[in-house]
Amino acid sequence: MAKFELNVDGKPHALDADAEMPLLYALRDDLGLKNPRFGCGLAQCGACTVLIDGEPQRSCSITLASVMDRKITTLAGIQKDGKPHKVQAAFIEEQVPQCGYCLNGWVMTSVALLERNPRPSDAQIRDALSGLKCRCGTHVAILRAVKRAAMA
Amino acid sequence: MNMQINRRRFLAAAGSLTIAVALPGGKARAAVANSRVPLDATKLSTYVSVNADGSAVGWVGKVDMGQGTEIGWAQMVAEELDLPLTRVTIVQGHTNATINMGGASGSTGIWRGGAAMRVAAAEARLALVNMAAEKLSVPADTLEVNDGIVSVKGDVSKKISYAQLIGGKHFVETLEWNKEIGSNLAINGKATPKKPGEYKIVGKTGHRRRDVADKALGRLEYMVDVKVPGMLHGRVIRPPVAGAVPTAVDEASIKSIKGAKVVWDKGFIAVAAPREWEAIKAAKLLNVTWSDVKAPFPGVDNIYDHIRAAPVIQRDVDKEKGNVDDAFAKAAKVFEAQYEWPFQSHANMAPACGIVDVQKDSARIWSATQKPHYCRDGIAMLLGMDPQKVICSSMIGPGSYGRNDSGDVCMDAAVMSRALGKPVRVQGMRHDGTGWDPKAPASVHTSRVALDADNKVTAWYFESKVFSKRDAFNNEGDPAFTLAGQLLGLPLKPTLIFGGPEESYGFPAFRKISNIIPPLLDRASPLRTAHMRDPGGPQVHFAVESFIDELAYSLGVDPLEFRLANVTDARDKAVIQAAADKAGWQKRTSPRKVADGDVLKGQGIAYATRGGTRVAMIAEVEVAKSTGRVWVRKWTVAHDCGQIVNPDLLRLTIEGNVCQSTSRAVHEQVKFDDKAVTSVDWLTYPILDMKDAPETVDIILIDHPEIPPTGAGEAASRPTAAAIANAIFDATGLRMRHAPLLPERIKAGMA
Repeated sequence: MAKFELNVDGKPHALDADAEMPLLYALRDDLGLKNPRFGCGLAQCGACTVLIDGEPQRSCSITLASVMDRKITTLAGIQKDGKPHKVQAAFIEEQVPQCGYCLNGWVMTSVALLERNPRPSDAQIRDALSGLKCRCGTHVAILRAVKRAAMA
Repeated sequence: MNMQINRRRFLAAAGSLTIAVALPGGKARAAVANSRVPLDATKLSTYVSVNADGSAVGWVGKVDMGQGTEIGWAQMVAEELDLPLTRVTIVQGHTNATINMGGASGSTGIWRGGAAMRVAAAEARLALVNMAAEKLSVPADTLEVNDGIVSVKGDVSKKISYAQLIGGKHFVETLEWNKEIGSNLAINGKATPKKPGEYKIVGKTGHRRRDVADKALGRLEYMVDVKVPGMLHGRVIRPPVAGAVPTAVDEASIKSIKGAKVVWDKGFIAVAAPREWEAIKAAKLLNVTWSDVKAPFPGVDNIYDHIRAAPVIQRDVDKEKGNVDDAFAKAAKVFEAQYEWPFQSHANMAPACGIVDVQKDSARIWSATQKPHYCRDGIAMLLGMDPQKVICSSMIGPGSYGRNDSGDVCMDAAVMSRALGKPVRVQGMRHDGTGWDPKAPASVHTSRVALDADNKVTAWYFESKVFSKRDAFNNEGDPAFTLAGQLLGLPLKPTLIFGGPEESYGFPAFRKISNIIPPLLDRASPLRTAHMRDPGGPQVHFAVESFIDELAYSLGVDPLEFRLANVTDARDKAVIQAAADKAGWQKRTSPRKVADGDVLKGQGIAYATRGGTRVAMIAEVEVAKSTGRVWVRKWTVAHDCGQIVNPDLLRLTIEGNVCQSTSRAVHEQVKFDDKAVTSVDWLTYPILDMKDAPETVDIILIDHPEIPPTGAGEAASRPTAAAIANAIFDATGLRMRHAPLLPERIKAGMA
């Protein structure tokens, strides 16, 4: 066990944990944040996605030791002034999620995409979102939502 | 929590009644049982109640797995009660709050569950109008209802509200009940539900789901978020060779992990620890010696030869008409083809999660199962408890499209909680999910027709040779239906069943057969079969609709024209025509092979029916010559499920189903060697990626308000694979008779 300080959604958090433990378990079990979810533990699905210094990363496959002093943003941290992020608003408008378990990954990856490329083409959206998984098959609705968010 | 003591007519305060159940937080969980009268299928109060403020609750013993049936039920209840939709809350799937209406099952959410709720709500309105007639001293037929206010027609000053009439009290009216529990539960009352022409809420657009914003904003509690004080995290250890059981366990191997414990009971071996990460480490570290067993599987490459050679343990004639043998004996020509479909995995977004807290004479379950009442029954049976002493809350999970691994983890958690005397939460790793969830069965289908001298079909023979689709029953109502139960020594209790195609081809004679073969392993098998979205449907209809296409071309007839000429049902014909018109069907009698550089383009059609729902689908595909990759660029879907309750959500449900079934058709196959399943993650069990998602899914909804609604969750799983294979044929001239439609197979076929 070792002592860590994490900067999550703009707040510092001190915790005592196993250095090899993936960030996901610290976020969920120590900090009580629910939006990054375990899907595969292998960085293959994206359900656990958080932004680390603005880049989407799979928190199931990053050790605690590697994210010290870095800025971690979860889905709970993308809202501003209590208002949904435009990506969230677009996902609601398009009624995207079915079970919604994977949604965190799509939203967080789309937030990062629109940050660096505000008007992505269809191919650029598909490319940025490639590798994320959705078992309910909401892919087409997700594409509509990301395009809507880009126009917002 | 004993529901039997609560026979009061008065409800708890309105707020606690509805909010208690709608919000799955800690205190609310405990409050549920106290605000309900004993559940009785013949009592109106079981299905509908009116709160003190005049708002209503519909109590539904089914579960919305994310397609939005919740809002459909609310619309049906609000419509019959003449209440605004915002004043109707639905409580679903809690075993102490709702009667067993089967959970999510066979697309019966609206079809059966909605039907029951409609009857109950109409009966509640009738009861309220009769009460109002008495209070206002006027005949009931002089009254009307608007937004929960009963008033005299033409004199709104004479009025009384639902809140005043019964708010906070239970209905005492009774209903006729068909004595069935589960999905077949049906009720009848004295009231006549509204005629479609009177609808203000049902069938209208703009009624949005009430869980979407909470999901997108991350405010909803999922199964994986539930924490119970004192709970341990459990992990079950699966053997390297399917069928092996532990013979020795070195408990010292996990002594470095504080608080870690081993649970070993016959074939069941698991670890538990206070923190999840510690349980994961303990599961990796635990040194288990396994029994030496013969490798049980033929390996994925030999599965179809295995099926063809396997003994038939049950032969079902699914449907028969006319003298098939005579027609084949007299045939001028016979046309035949054979099709193959692989094992497929539910591969939910996450391996299942469940929590069970076994107390001395009661138990509490939190589960993302589709069927909470059966989950309760199975665990009560394991524990030797009265099911009334066991409560199961249905939580939101990582998707559910049938009998997935959810029931298995709850039974695992129950075995562990019983042994450890603490609540236990079980969630496996990815390999536990894909590797060990129940599978949709692999199959071989043979289709042949007899033709006379004029090339007219005189008989059709269709045979599925297949594993039963139900090694593990479609619910978890008996420990024998779960891995844990089987590892504790209960033999597999399979139901031998598969089922034939549903269509209306009017060939003069036909025979449709299912030949069921034995399971590969008689217990605790990672290839045990269970219901997965449209059980058997994708397989059978891939074969039938590919065959119809092949037959049409072989007779020199356009595949659309052949279908229109041979289906006999007018609604079937209508969906086929509607899809063709919308897609702009390109008539042809041989593959068109439209080339554009490296890309070959094609269009294919397929259709099927399912329990009264009809769907026709047209795929427009692009096949890359260099790689064999197939991309379904555009789908056109015509869908008729009778009365439409919520057109917006119906579209999204169909769209999701089209993408999921495209994934199954093009990408999905469970791989296994002789010892175990080797599809254990998203690399070894790939599903549809965003790069392969269709550009357009064009949906035509055919509404029949006068026909009671049938299921809409599964029908569109049926024609998908054949429509794609038929489009590949149009594009390339290559006939794909083997799913999934993998690029390497297409490339090899084109070579």
